[in-house]
Amino acid sequence: MNIPLSPERLRLYSARYCSRFCTAICGVIAACLLLYSPAAAQKKSSCIECHAKLEDARLSAPAKAFDNDIHRGRGLSCNDCHGGDPNADTKEAAKDPRKGYLGKPKTQDIPAYCGKCHSDANLMKRFNPSLRVDQEREYYSSVHGQKLRSGETRAATCISCHSVHGIRAVSDPLSTVYPPNVAETCSKCHANADYMRGFPIPNDQFAKYKTSVHAKALYEKQDLSAPTCNDCHGNHGATPPGIASVANVCGTCHGRQAELFQTSPHKAAFDSKNLGECITCHSNHAIAKPSDQLIGTQQGALCINCHTNGDKGFVAAGLMRSRINELMASIDKSTEILNRAERAGMEVSRPKFEMKEATDALTHARVLIHSSSIAEVEKVVAPGIAASSRGYQAGLGALSERAFRRKGLAVSLVFILFLAMLVYLKVRQIESRQSESANSA
Amino acid sequence: MRIDDIKTWLDERLSISTLAKLASKKEVPVHRHSIWYYFGGMTLFLFTVQVVTGILLLLYYRPSSETAFESVQFIITEVKFGWLIRSIHSWSANLMIATLFIHMFSVFFLRAYYPPREMTWLSGAFLLFIVVCFGFSGYLLPWNKLAFFATKVGTEIAGVIPIIGRPALRFLRGGDDVTGATLTRFFGFHVAVLPATATVFIGIHVLMVQLHGMSVPPKLVGQPLKKMKFVPNFLLRDLIGWILAIGVLAALAALFPWELGEKADAFAPAPAGIKPEWYFLFMFQTLKYLPAKIWKLDGEVVGIMAFNIVALMLFFVPFVDRDPANLRRRFIFNVIGVLALLFMVVMTIIGYVTK
Repeated sequence: MNIPLSPERLRLYSARYCSRFCTAICGVIAACLLLYSPAAAQKKSSCIECHAKLEDARLSAPAKAFDNDIHRGRGLSCNDCHGGDPNADTKEAAKDPRKGYLGKPKTQDIPAYCGKCHSDANLMKRFNPSLRVDQEREYYSSVHGQKLRSGETRAATCISCHSVHGIRAVSDPLSTVYPPNVAETCSKCHANADYMRGFPIPNDQFAKYKTSVHAKALYEKQDLSAPTCNDCHGNHGATPPGIASVANVCGTCHGRQAELFQTSPHKAAFDSKNLGECITCHSNHAIAKPSDQLIGTQQGALCINCHTNGDKGFVAAGLMRSRINELMASIDKSTEILNRAERAGMEVSRPKFEMKEATDALTHARVLIHSSSIAEVEKVVAPGIAASSRGYQAGLGALSERAFRRKGLAVSLVFILFLAMLVYLKVRQIESRQSESANSA
Repeated sequence: MRIDDIKTWLDERLSISTLAKLASKKEVPVHRHSIWYYFGGMTLFLFTVQVVTGILLLLYYRPSSETAFESVQFIITEVKFGWLIRSIHSWSANLMIATLFIHMFSVFFLRAYYPPREMTWLSGAFLLFIVVCFGFSGYLLPWNKLAFFATKVGTEIAGVIPIIGRPALRFLRGGDDVTGATLTRFFGFHVAVLPATATVFIGIHVLMVQLHGMSVPPKLVGQPLKKMKFVPNFLLRDLIGWILAIGVLAALAALFPWELGEKADAFAPAPAGIKPEWYFLFMFQTLKYLPAKIWKLDGEVVGIMAFNIVALMLFFVPFVDRDPANLRRRFIFNVIGVLALLFMVVMTIIGYVTK
């Protein structure tokens, strides 16, 4: 049944449909706004359009490399650094100085060029509130910055390390300043004898670093926390740590060793002879994995470089080494017997776990030698040897338990076989009686 | 005089003399295949060992993910002869499964399921699955690394069964992952549900054997066979086997104590080359050889479904091969049995030798 539309109903319907139409339009607009974002929006950039087509690789490379640049990802473009008008269609209009075109900065101007944004806390907050804004200031405290200020244009600037136009985040494995890439980045200048000519520093740091325990941790174990150049020298404020401060640099990671050294008799002796605290024994770039061979009075030990037979340090070095050797021998002996018991099927996981007390004591003792105090070393070696002895006793106990089990088994088997034999004889007896009675029947 | 009084008093109430009379009448046929009769009794004996050692272990075992491993470690290191009880429990479980398989195949090849012994076969088939479930649930209880990951893989396999797989997996695990909840529930199955079920089926199985007596292989039916009294002749022979089994278990426990391994860690990576217990190995190895896709179906699903169908078919054996006169069918079943046995043995060996 059709109901005729009254004027009231017509008004009601038209109002309802108008409202739905408006809602739909608003929805489309909202969707468009949602889809829009600075990164998604491809702004016109005549710089990139023209430069990418240029045959001269020197001029086209920046446009191509910029694709992967972190700045592009944040919606920035050429004109944000170089000025000019990216909307202009001609080269002249685009590079019009009246539109703020700056062109390629001079080497001396690069820190300020980058610092224009990176030193502006308010601006940087828009992109990354946790990013530091003191790089430029720190840079001028570095040897690089000071050299640049003095007019040395070979000194590294921002782009020497971070590259240019293809700058990536530090956390990006392809970045030139990603931890495993840092040493190589530094070596581009520092290992280049021609480039470094005139600077009074050696060029073998990278070669030495590659042999170090730190490089092994970084490259082989992929331990990103292992130190590379910037961890000791600083990054923007890169400078060689002086004799006085080198212990502080090493101490940022090796805190306990540094603390012990400060309380040791070596501290005053090293200071008086103006020796670098850690590097005198461990060297700087080619830091080898420390071994027990370094301490003691035998050939190859570092202690005998300064100490001679009979002096206090010589005696202490010999004693510390011999106590560490005793603890090590005790651990080896206990581990061997526990492994033997384990291979024999005995449950020795608990004493093996408790052996950690001894191995921890060994590690601790190796750290405590930095105090140069035999008393300090003894404080951990003695409990370590005691823990190791408990492990040895547990191993012995397990092996004697195994022997007891075997003897017990032998006795049980004799009894079991005897019992089986008795039952067998009983069966024979019963069956012979049964066959006799069957025959007689 | 007083002992006789007690005997009479008990007999009046329990009819012991009637039972003794019945037992004295029971006879066992003697022929060249009689040796296979002993495997049923041996399996039952090993089950009894399991019950006794299991109860002893229960005195110290604590079923939670925080305490299970430590309690087993305590049993084998601190409790007097705890190592012996735990090792015998583990070795006896494995020997029981081995004797059970031998018993099942001997019954299959000697056609001990021919009428009227269908119910004996059926109860035995149920017992086989119950025992396998005992093995699977007990394996997790020490809460070590190997057991943890083997249970993970095992329950995942159950999870791929169409329709019921996912609910079955959640039911078995007590959630989506193998956790302490899985351990608690496996413990419940292992010490309550399965023993109760097993007791019922063992009761039925033994009752049926007593009711129908020992079966004689079809080839020997009609031939004059010697007979041996069940009590005491056969029972004493059984006893010799059980005494020797105790010796074997003691030797295995003393010379090759069952390992405890490392405590389970859900966040640790699965150990390389992880394998299930030997009685699941042939299925595990078969699943490894199946292609990813069989026709339009997932290869693993097809394999698991095939094993389920074969397991189900086991229950129908006495109803399909039921006529001793049908020699052709008997031959076909022999071929199937030999092939199945060969398949299981070969796949198990391959599973052990390959990584």
